[in-house]
Amino acid sequence: MKITQISVFLENRQGRLYDVCSLLGNNNVNIRALTIAETESFGVLRIVVDKSELAIRLLRDNHFVANFTDVIAIEVPDKPGGLASILKVLAENDVNIEYMYGFVEKFSDKALLVMRFEDTDFAQQILAKHNVRVVAEKDIEGL
Amino acid sequence: MQMDAPFWDKEVETAERSRLEQIQLQRLRTTVGWALQTPFYKRKLSQVGINSPDDVASLRDLQRIPFTTKDDLRQSFPKGLLAVDMREVIRIHSSSGTTGIPTVIYFTRDDVENWTDLLARSIVGTGATAEDVFQNMMTYGLFTGGLGLHYGAERVGMTVIPIGGGNTKRQIQTMKDFQTTVLHITPSYLLHIHSRLGEDGIDRKDLALRKAFVGAEPHSENTRRKLQDLLRIDAYNSYGLSELNGPGVAFECVCRKDMHVWEDAYIPEIIHPDTGEVLKEGQEGELVLTNLVRRAMPILRYRTRDLAFLHPEGCDCGRTHRRLSRILGRTDDMLIINGVNVFPSQIEEKIMKIPEVATNYQIHVDKKGALDRLTVKVEIYPKLFLGEVSKLESLRDKIREELQASITISPVVELHEPGSLPVFEGKAKRVVDERPKD
Repeated sequence: MKITQISVFLENRQGRLYDVCSLLGNNNVNIRALTIAETESFGVLRIVVDKSELAIRLLRDNHFVANFTDVIAIEVPDKPGGLASILKVLAENDVNIEYMYGFVEKFSDKALLVMRFEDTDFAQQILAKHNVRVVAEKDIEGL
Repeated sequence: MQMDAPFWDKEVETAERSRLEQIQLQRLRTTVGWALQTPFYKRKLSQVGINSPDDVASLRDLQRIPFTTKDDLRQSFPKGLLAVDMREVIRIHSSSGTTGIPTVIYFTRDDVENWTDLLARSIVGTGATAEDVFQNMMTYGLFTGGLGLHYGAERVGMTVIPIGGGNTKRQIQTMKDFQTTVLHITPSYLLHIHSRLGEDGIDRKDLALRKAFVGAEPHSENTRRKLQDLLRIDAYNSYGLSELNGPGVAFECVCRKDMHVWEDAYIPEIIHPDTGEVLKEGQEGELVLTNLVRRAMPILRYRTRDLAFLHPEGCDCGRTHRRLSRILGRTDDMLIINGVNVFPSQIEEKIMKIPEVATNYQIHVDKKGALDRLTVKVEIYPKLFLGEVSKLESLRDKIREELQASITISPVVELHEPGSLPVFEGKAKRVVDERPKD
């Protein structure tokens, strides 16, 4: 169960992140998870939103450079060692994580994490085999 | 002091105008003869009725000869202006062209010999001697600035340290270790060196510096004064361009009141850049140079694109060769970045070959400390953005490497969103030069 992440290229210019957030906000798109990968001269904003189709259309119509990426959202026990137990499974099975970040909120007593894998399908199989709950797109929409 | 000013070749350096003109005419005729052995000049000169050296009766006939431009050199690449058999050529130098095709210069043994002599003359004219330790901080290699002065300094008998450009810590350490007395350097790098003094416990008092030959970059009298005051040295302006050998076309003497053009080796003219009309002495215009002692590659009436003027004859040092003013500007859009000539067209050519980049770009130049900084801003092509930072970073690195291969210096490359850079017609306005004009 992949979910859609939207990546937005942001040049190093004041107010550029605000431009993205206000565009989405004004159109009633809610950001559920967010991270920024930054370099010295540009950044890439990564977001998971409740209405990804609408969001990407809005962004492109407003001349942002944006694209989709498949990611997986997983539930992690919200206690010490919770994340480590999942990472252990991934490491033991040679699943490479490119990056990960947390959701703004959670919808059970577990924390929600976005993970981007080198091989998404393989990662999914491993996670399923070890009973890690993967969140579906429709769950995000309902958040 | 001027009366004791040293000379390398006093007879030539102080020759009367009539004698100088006699030398010039004789050498111009020889040069025309050599030039006629190249397809390029054979065609060009026959169009104005010059088919043999005998058709040049006086120096005024020079004005019949059409100008030669950088574009002519480019179109004749690689050998269209070569006037000797390659077996006679012992050295090649090269400089950047306005596009991917460079400008190449050939030297016979005599050409290197004559060039070396002009540099020895230039060096001695500043009062430097065989007692001096000379740290040559210009880039060696295809660039003429390094090897040119190197040969000249050796001929004078100086102790030459061929350190080349860059590596500031090592430069300062070397100045201390060998008690360097004379530097050859760009003005911006010399300022940078000054800003780094003291860092490794080496201060000005630990150094024996007394002179610097500053070249490869136009600079103002204020900059010279600043260099002299900050470093307590005498700074001598130097002018040359690779098309006409490199350094040693014109050099300041002990008087430091603009640069003597060695008129037995070059004929300088100042023209109106738009009409081509030859201007009177003292009027500002574009410098045009003819070389008189280059067998392998004679160049007649080369348009340097540098704006300057000539002083009337006479200098306290006793030299009769006229003095060239500082370079006051350019008639084209060439940029000089830390002593390296860069044409915006070179950058454009490279950028346009990279598919991930959209068509708009901007070239930005400013100062970071004492040194120039070149930033190339490009817009990315949206369809090729897949969300990965590493791909963007490798794109940025690829652009930087491509540009460095072409312009020899490494620019800062900035990636921008499509439509974010200002849109201009024509390339000149794509260049934003924010370096202070002092």
